[in-house]
Amino acid sequence: MIKHETIEKNIGLMILLIIIVISGGGLAEIVPLMFQSSTTQPIDGLRTYTAMELEGRDIYIREGCHVCHTQMIRPFRAETERYGQYSTANEGVWEHPFLWGSKRTGPDLARVGARYSDDWHRAHLYNPRDVVPESKMPSYPWLFSDRFTDPNTDRKMEVLRTMGVPFSDAQIAGARDAVVGKYEIEALVAYLQSLGKLHDNYSNKR
Amino acid sequence: MSVFWSVWISAITLGVIVGCTWLLFAVRNGQPHQETTEETLGHAFDGIEEYDNPLPKWWFQMFLGTVIFSLIYLVMYPGLGTFPGLLGWTQVGQWETEMAHADENYAPVFAKYATLSISDLQQTENAAGLKMGQRMFASNCALCHGSSASGAHGFPDLTDTDWLYGGNVATIKQTISDGRTGGMPPWGAVLGESGVRDMTHYVLSLSGNDADIDAVNRARPQFQALCTACHGQDGTGLQALGAPNLTDDVWLYGGAFEQVAHTIRTGRNGIMPAHKALLSEAKIHLITAYVYSLSR
Repeated sequence: MIKHETIEKNIGLMILLIIIVISGGGLAEIVPLMFQSSTTQPIDGLRTYTAMELEGRDIYIREGCHVCHTQMIRPFRAETERYGQYSTANEGVWEHPFLWGSKRTGPDLARVGARYSDDWHRAHLYNPRDVVPESKMPSYPWLFSDRFTDPNTDRKMEVLRTMGVPFSDAQIAGARDAVVGKYEIEALVAYLQSLGKLHDNYSNKR
Repeated sequence: MSVFWSVWISAITLGVIVGCTWLLFAVRNGQPHQETTEETLGHAFDGIEEYDNPLPKWWFQMFLGTVIFSLIYLVMYPGLGTFPGLLGWTQVGQWETEMAHADENYAPVFAKYATLSISDLQQTENAAGLKMGQRMFASNCALCHGSSASGAHGFPDLTDTDWLYGGNVATIKQTISDGRTGGMPPWGAVLGESGVRDMTHYVLSLSGNDADIDAVNRARPQFQALCTACHGQDGTGLQALGAPNLTDDVWLYGGAFEQVAHTIRTGRNGIMPAHKALLSEAKIHLITAYVYSLSR
């Protein structure tokens, strides 16, 4: 029988035992997911982001949208009535990093694409109170004046390709030209309009 | 899930539970005495000594309780690989039950109103149906058109009698179902900046606003050549194309000089998103009834 004094006085042994104890959950819950087709194979017809959408996604991350908005519709009627079909893992296999979020100060955005017009998104991002008077979302006016002067979208796509996102050579070659000189708001709106629209397997009719 | 992973998950899950239980008892049994005493471990740091006592009984029992709970849970609910649990619970199954339950309760209500015409729905005995339409308007339409449906800059007021595409029942329903795309082209390149300003005077003059008469005269031939196809000879618009009436004083994008000039210069492509992929026929029917009621 090991006395706990032995463990407390041998830091190497203690680290080893801690690793064994805390790895149990990860080995049972996380590791198997890396080998299931339901979590590693993309849903039928899933498309990659365009260059503008990809840059918009990075702005979404930069501005911290994921802090207040989730992209994860849970299988509850209250959620599917409001947001559409519940999210499935195979929709997000090309998301690096995933933006499921964990807190909803604002509504879920997993299927917000095509729900509102581009004009609405612009008005709303410039000053949310202009269209939703009771909104407490911050304004993002700088997106309307800041442009992409020297985007490295092609490099980003190359990196994502090493992680298994199938960007084509043509997409990578045209990425910079598609983005350079554009306003950041254009990219963000393009990204928002793509949410839930990267495949059309689900009916969101309620 | 393959047999390998099923066994993997089950073995680790049960192994961890067994390990925790073993640790709990091993620590307790390795204790030199089972009761609380004044005995210490014998070492002192800065004069602080450590009692050598077993876990408090309530703590030990609570720990044991979690072990028992986990085993019962794993028998009843899915947790051990492919074993579905005696209750057969799944999260999708729970959602389907919820949906079926809601269908049972609400489908007859929607079915009842779906058979009524829009004008029947305006009658007081069907006020509940109109109220449902109002609630659905609040969740689906109010973000753009406002909770009172009075619109905003770029988003039409639905409470007045001025309709871009027409205010009869069929048109309203079509607008909601299929959406609309405004098609005002940009004229800045064609007219040039001075032409745009002349045209702005002309457009403002149509609704009786103050305008420079010389500019109006300069722009008249161009209005006839470029604008009448959609807005009509007299500027009263064409609902088939969603071209607004320029002779009233209702301005979707603002009626100030610079706002009108901007519209002429850069065009407008307001979009009403299609809702047939989001809402059932029955819901669209009730929302149509509500929108129709707004301007009456």
